[in-house]
Amino acid sequence: MLLTRKVEFSAALVCANPAWDEAENRRVYGGNANPNGHGHNFMLEVTVEGQPDPVTGMVFDLRELKEILNQEVVEPMDHRFLNREVPPFDCVIPTTENVAREIWRRIDARVGRGAVRLRNVRLYETADLYVDYGGEISK
Amino acid sequence: MTEMRVTRRYRFAASHRLDSFALSAEENRKLYGKCNNPYGHGHDYSLEISVEGPVQADGMVVDREALDRLVEQRILRLLDHKNLNRDVPEFEGVVPTTENLASVIERRLREHWNLTPRLARIRIAETERNTFEMEAPVA
Repeated sequence: MLLTRKVEFSAALVCANPAWDEAENRRVYGGNANPNGHGHNFMLEVTVEGQPDPVTGMVFDLRELKEILNQEVVEPMDHRFLNREVPPFDCVIPTTENVAREIWRRIDARVGRGAVRLRNVRLYETADLYVDYGGEISK
Repeated sequence: MTEMRVTRRYRFAASHRLDSFALSAEENRKLYGKCNNPYGHGHDYSLEISVEGPVQADGMVVDREALDRLVEQRILRLLDHKNLNRDVPEFEGVVPTTENLASVIERRLREHWNLTPRLARIRIAETERNTFEMEAPVA
């Protein structure tokens, strides 16, 4: 069974590669390259996969999942400037793809246990754009 | 290797009438109900296009502007504020159900695809209650 929990956080960010000049960054990232930053209300959906526990009837303790998301995502990222305040975005460009991967990295180990595993991280940058990330694949 | 799926949502408004030439007037009324109204009716469609591929050095799977251009030129221009039965050649002799609409969009995107990541999925909501989804065949 899949269990999905949503949380929202709002953050400022700049998408710019320090190796490129401003014109090149504007060309690649558009308005997202504005050096003073811009913001989004990110909506995060975290999906956990597993079988309901025969004793509790739950795939995952919802209060604990909420607590993990609070500690790993909302507290460090909500109302923050990602590039300036939230490592590794001082050296990783905070595109929605990279933020999704960082969220996966932060919560994967805390969610996975026994047959329960993190299945998907869906991160909405706006209502009209989101990314789905299911972890690294070997190729 | 980090593979991700990026989804972008677009909107268009179009009218249509569901009426199969293979059926009698009575059968069409019975099968399609209100959607068979001879004057046609309209929807605000919401269209999600998902692309899949590796996260590139710029931190992105897909250039949003290039995706927007492709969808705008090849899909929205064809469908937005149109009568699907009368204005869109793809629906000559094809009933413009949302299933068929999804196939037309998938086929046109595949024909004109000029992006590095692959087309992964099409999802169309005709109304809030009716959603149609198709995975694009892997080339």
